[in-house]
Amino acid sequence: MNPINSIQDEIIDEFAFFGDWMEKYEYIIDLGKSLPLIDEQYKDEDHLIKGCQSQVWLHADEAEGKVSFTADSDAVITKGIIALLVRVLSGQKAEEIAKADLYFIDKIGLKEHLSPTRSNGLVSMVKQMKMYGLAINAKSQ
Amino acid sequence: MEVTAQQAFDIDKIRKDFPLLEQEMNGKPIIFLDSAASSQKPAQVIDRLNDYYRTGHANVHRGVYQLSQEATMAFEEARELVRQFINAPSEKEVIFVRGCTEGINLVASSYGRKFINQGDAVLITAMEHHSNIVPWQMICEERGAELRVAPVNDAGEIDLDALYELLDERVKIVSLVHVSNALGTVNPVKAIIDRAHELNIPVLVDGAQAIPHTQVDVQALDADFYTFSGHKMFGPTGIGVLYGKEEWLEQMPPYHGGGEMIKTVTFEKTTYNELPHKFEAGTPDISGVIGLGEAVRYIQSIGYENISRHEHELLVYATEQLEQIEGLRIIGTAKEKASVVSFIVDGVHPYDLGAILDKLGIAVRTGHHCTQPLMARYEIPGTVRASFAFYNNKADIDALVAGINRAVLMLK
Ligand SMILES: Cc1ncc(COP(=O)(O)O)c(C=O)c1O
Repeated sequence: MNPINSIQDEIIDEFAFFGDWMEKYEYIIDLGKSLPLIDEQYKDEDHLIKGCQSQVWLHADEAEGKVSFTADSDAVITKGIIALLVRVLSGQKAEEIAKADLYFIDKIGLKEHLSPTRSNGLVSMVKQMKMYGLAINAKSQ
Repeated sequence: MEVTAQQAFDIDKIRKDFPLLEQEMNGKPIIFLDSAASSQKPAQVIDRLNDYYRTGHANVHRGVYQLSQEATMAFEEARELVRQFINAPSEKEVIFVRGCTEGINLVASSYGRKFINQGDAVLITAMEHHSNIVPWQMICEERGAELRVAPVNDAGEIDLDALYELLDERVKIVSLVHVSNALGTVNPVKAIIDRAHELNIPVLVDGAQAIPHTQVDVQALDADFYTFSGHKMFGPTGIGVLYGKEEWLEQMPPYHGGGEMIKTVTFEKTTYNELPHKFEAGTPDISGVIGLGEAVRYIQSIGYENISRHEHELLVYATEQLEQIEGLRIIGTAKEKASVVSFIVDGVHPYDLGAILDKLGIAVRTGHHCTQPLMARYEIPGTVRASFAFYNNKADIDALVAGINRAVLMLK
């Protein structure tokens, strides 16, 4: 199985233990509160993805056709979801990232946070992550 | 009016008029505290729309047949209701637009092309909604004019001395908000209008947030233009009103061209229709207008006196209750406020708070409220905003306070 999907399935399994949204949110908030996910030097205008509601910073590094991501947000729930997205996509092959179908968000019941109307920066962030995948993949061919 | 204003205000009965208040959100009874973004609709308005489409629809101002004439009568009757509602001197001065945004764009574009020239200025304030900033920026850029911005103090009130400083003969129009959507501040528009008129400068008032809460009398205010949206005053979306003094509207070129707004058309020259039709090109939002008329009737049946009294009670109660939450700071503490409370909680991002309240069935607005320059003024990314209409009650506020306490516990 493709590694992106096996991590997604892992997360879906983990979330199956939570009884209700409260427990899920508590978990996401804990993820969001844990250490910064990005080097302070990258929290600048160049790495900023502006949402109307919350802001996201994203930085990508490439090595041997694989892309690693670090990211952050000023809102803790957004940041918790970023932690999940980074867990799924970071360190994967550029090609896989570009064509990834991120179904886990829906399955764990957080899809409203990835809806464009929330304008929290997450939709643009995912787009940006895939763009990195595409660009790096194109370059390596 | 006198009689209805004295009628008893029965909140439980009023809530029953609004079917949406009986709905659930995320499996919880909905606590709707976002009426400043858009209010809910009473059954009277919904039924009127339904009825119109089922039994009364035809295009207006066109057909000789009975159905069209009846639709036209209903349409023009709504205009007359609106005229009385805001006490406009004439029906010619009541123009139907899509909403407040279009009302402002119409004036900025049409008045602007006629009266604003190189070196002139437009004066707005630092608490304007984007819809009262961007249209002026656009016309200023086009005409080579300057956009001046009167500052706001820490409490969220316009700095009047500074505004009067900026008001000189180069200013061709003042455009300001009556009630701030982000702060709740009620601005002293009458005083500002009087001052501007001393220099013969016309004033546009953005009344989007005033009309749902207070009686507006455009003649008493002596406003040159006054605009508002139907959807914030319990009417349909997509319809709004621009009141303008005839003397200005007559001098202004049309905004849109098309049917309805013409008298005669040849390829060489078109002559324009009379007011208000000159500014109403194309088939109008007929059902929207009729629904808006019904919303006016509904507001009048409750009475602004009752509305103001009830909403003031809610505002005072909400302010008291919210202030007891540790770390909560209310943004916008003007002396004169409508029932809008914007706040932030130390160490808690508005988005996170809004997301948890959503799960509890509580609808509030979070973010910059389309007032980014104002948020920048307070150096905050945004706020959480609870806004109350006359159909809200103290139980809604108790639910909000409990919800915030619960969310803060999770988030801190
Ligand atoms: C103060 C103010 N002005 C203008 C508007 C724009 O109204 P609409 O979007 O209905 O055109 C709003 C709506 O949020 C508002 O609150």
